Amino acid sequence: MFTSVDDVSARLAETGYLASPAVATTVFLADRLGKPLLVEGPAGVGKTELAKAVAEIAGAELVRLQCYEGVDESRALYEWNHAKQLLRISAGRDETWDETRTDIFSEEFLLTRPLLTAIRGDEPKVLLIDETDKADVEVEGLLLEVLSDFQVTVPELGTITATRRPFVVLTSNASRELSEALRRRCLFLHIGFPEEELERRIVRLKVPGLDAALAESVVRVVGALRAMDLRKVPSVAETIDWARTLLALGADALDETVVRDTLGVLLKHQDDVLKAAAKLDLDAL
Amino acid sequence: MTTPVAERLTSLVAALRAHGIRVGTGETVDAAQAMAALGFEDRELLREGLAATLLHGTAQRPVFDPVFDLYFPRGVGAPEPGTADRDDLRDRLAAALAADDEALLARLAAEAVDGFGGYGSSPGSDGWSSYQTLDRVRPQTLLARVRADVRAQNGSSGFADRLLDDEIRRRIEAFRGLVATEARRRVAERRDRDQIARRAVAPTADRVDFLFAGKDRLAELRRTVQPLARKLATRLAARRRRAARGSIDLRRTLRGSLSTGGVPMRPVLRRRRPARPELVLLCDVSGSVSGFSDFTMLLVQALHDQFSKVRVFAFVNRIDEVTGLLEHGAADAAGLGARIQAEATLTGWHGSSDYGVALGEFAERHGDAVGPRTTVFVLGDARTNMSDPNLAAVRHITERARRVYWLNPEQRSQWGTGDSAAPEYAELVEMHECRNVRQLGALVGRLLPI
Repeated sequence: MFTSVDDVSARLAETGYLASPAVATTVFLADRLGKPLLVEGPAGVGKTELAKAVAEIAGAELVRLQCYEGVDESRALYEWNHAKQLLRISAGRDETWDETRTDIFSEEFLLTRPLLTAIRGDEPKVLLIDETDKADVEVEGLLLEVLSDFQVTVPELGTITATRRPFVVLTSNASRELSEALRRRCLFLHIGFPEEELERRIVRLKVPGLDAALAESVVRVVGALRAMDLRKVPSVAETIDWARTLLALGADALDETVVRDTLGVLLKHQDDVLKAAAKLDLDAL
Repeated sequence: MTTPVAERLTSLVAALRAHGIRVGTGETVDAAQAMAALGFEDRELLREGLAATLLHGTAQRPVFDPVFDLYFPRGVGAPEPGTADRDDLRDRLAAALAADDEALLARLAAEAVDGFGGYGSSPGSDGWSSYQTLDRVRPQTLLARVRADVRAQNGSSGFADRLLDDEIRRRIEAFRGLVATEARRRVAERRDRDQIARRAVAPTADRVDFLFAGKDRLAELRRTVQPLARKLATRLAARRRRAARGSIDLRRTLRGSLSTGGVPMRPVLRRRRPARPELVLLCDVSGSVSGFSDFTMLLVQALHDQFSKVRVFAFVNRIDEVTGLLEHGAADAAGLGARIQAEATLTGWHGSSDYGVALGEFAERHGDAVGPRTTVFVLGDARTNMSDPNLAAVRHITERARRVYWLNPEQRSQWGTGDSAAPEYAELVEMHECRNVRQLGALVGRLLPI
């Protein structure tokens, strides 16, 4: 799909995703080695966006499996369309039981769910398994077969193997420890907070109306907040929100009043707000 | 791939394994493929590529980076000779810090180590020291100059200006890191690289000894609490689920089988009473072991919702309940120890720990905290400063509690030396060595009641 790491960065940038060298390198390798990519990092740094950007570049269909507690085989892989099977049985009058029985477990009655969808068919696909850590441990077992051999076993039909491997992205916020077996099958990428210069470019790209000097100050303040010992430090998503807020307020430079009034956009806990205000020398709230 | 490169990769992998990072052969092969795909022109790309294929988690990165720097160094040998003049170097360093030019800073680090870090002259005892380099170059004293430089260049840029000091401090910190890397690289060129990779690279946070961790390592340790607590909580919940399925209740199965002529058609499972266990923690918070008990308290606090009741008592030579302090201070990990010292009565006439008095006082005043459903953890090094260990009090606690465990942050071989009463206590309660986060995690996972 890609010729070089620079090619990855350039084409990701075309879709509006500015990637750090680490991200570009790992995406390049995941494509080259044909391995799934496990992306970890704090919320709001663009893990899910990365999968969407790759899908856009490849002109691929994005198949998304959103994980949650209680997601199971029938949600992730496939299930049988029972209603349709019943209709088929009651509609068929003159055939033998054997014919009906084989018939109702055919492709026609199979409802494919994300994992199976991603494997079948010849058109390019990007499979996004979002928030893998939210799923129960049993689902990981399910993923193992899919991720190592790109195949799914349906007892009635046999094993379905991918003719064209999807590009797989798994994301995780590390709220649960993923199993070693799953990690071994993936390339590992940690997306942290971007470097100052990259974040500046991201802000300029996402909030085009913002003045360059103000964008720089915004990124510097966010950087300072991240260095503090807060319960929830602001992420890139919050930086962009803040930049938009400032633009909407028509602020042309940062000063104490503006920062104090808009700190709530960046910080989501009251004790964080107080702590940051004290550190940044803002007047008492 | 040529042999030397393959060999270098496998020694890199061996060094990572020596630091407890599990890398399989499959990953090594992937890494080799990554190297072939990426080429060797860009060292940073190579670093990211190897990290992506060899590592499995974020916590491993701080070990990986220095090891990578050793096996795939920035350059070979001494840098092009710069000036051996200290003031000149400091001038250029100040300019580079003001401009935040990373490439230039790396070059200056190499120059600084070459010019000021060398010690010894006879082969075998000579080398390069980052400590000595930093001591002579003193980058931390450049702060005011760099600040003035930046202001002169950009003018005052309003509000963000007040962040400048912190930003410069971070740049200086990064420079110190560069110097350390460079010194390690130079030493590794002279001596055995594999040995340096094993010895001179700091271990991952979970393998740092509680008793010897410096201030910054302690902060790092604290950050490992949350993930560790989550891991343990998942494990405990899974164990509880499994246990809840229960075992077969033979009496009721047989009773039920009467209707089928004595054939037990339907096995009846023993029902479990849903009881969440109670936990009592006795923590020595005296200076010598404060890092350890701080950390353990944080961990237990994070595991709070797994237990119906957790009570924490802190002591030095008097004991006091600190459960309340732990509950409402969830966000502030660093100040915990200080707050406990300030708000609880922990010392009597003197400030050194006295296990005998403290445990006796606990048995006497808070004895009702311990019941047949309680698991008690005692945390401390069992160094009594030569006073009476008061074994009777411990015996009293063990008789009342369901289980009692003692976690000792000292090496097992140190137990019983000097004023340590560890062997005496170990006869009464199960004592475990618990020196680092890894051990603590394993122990807590194993010992905590279902």
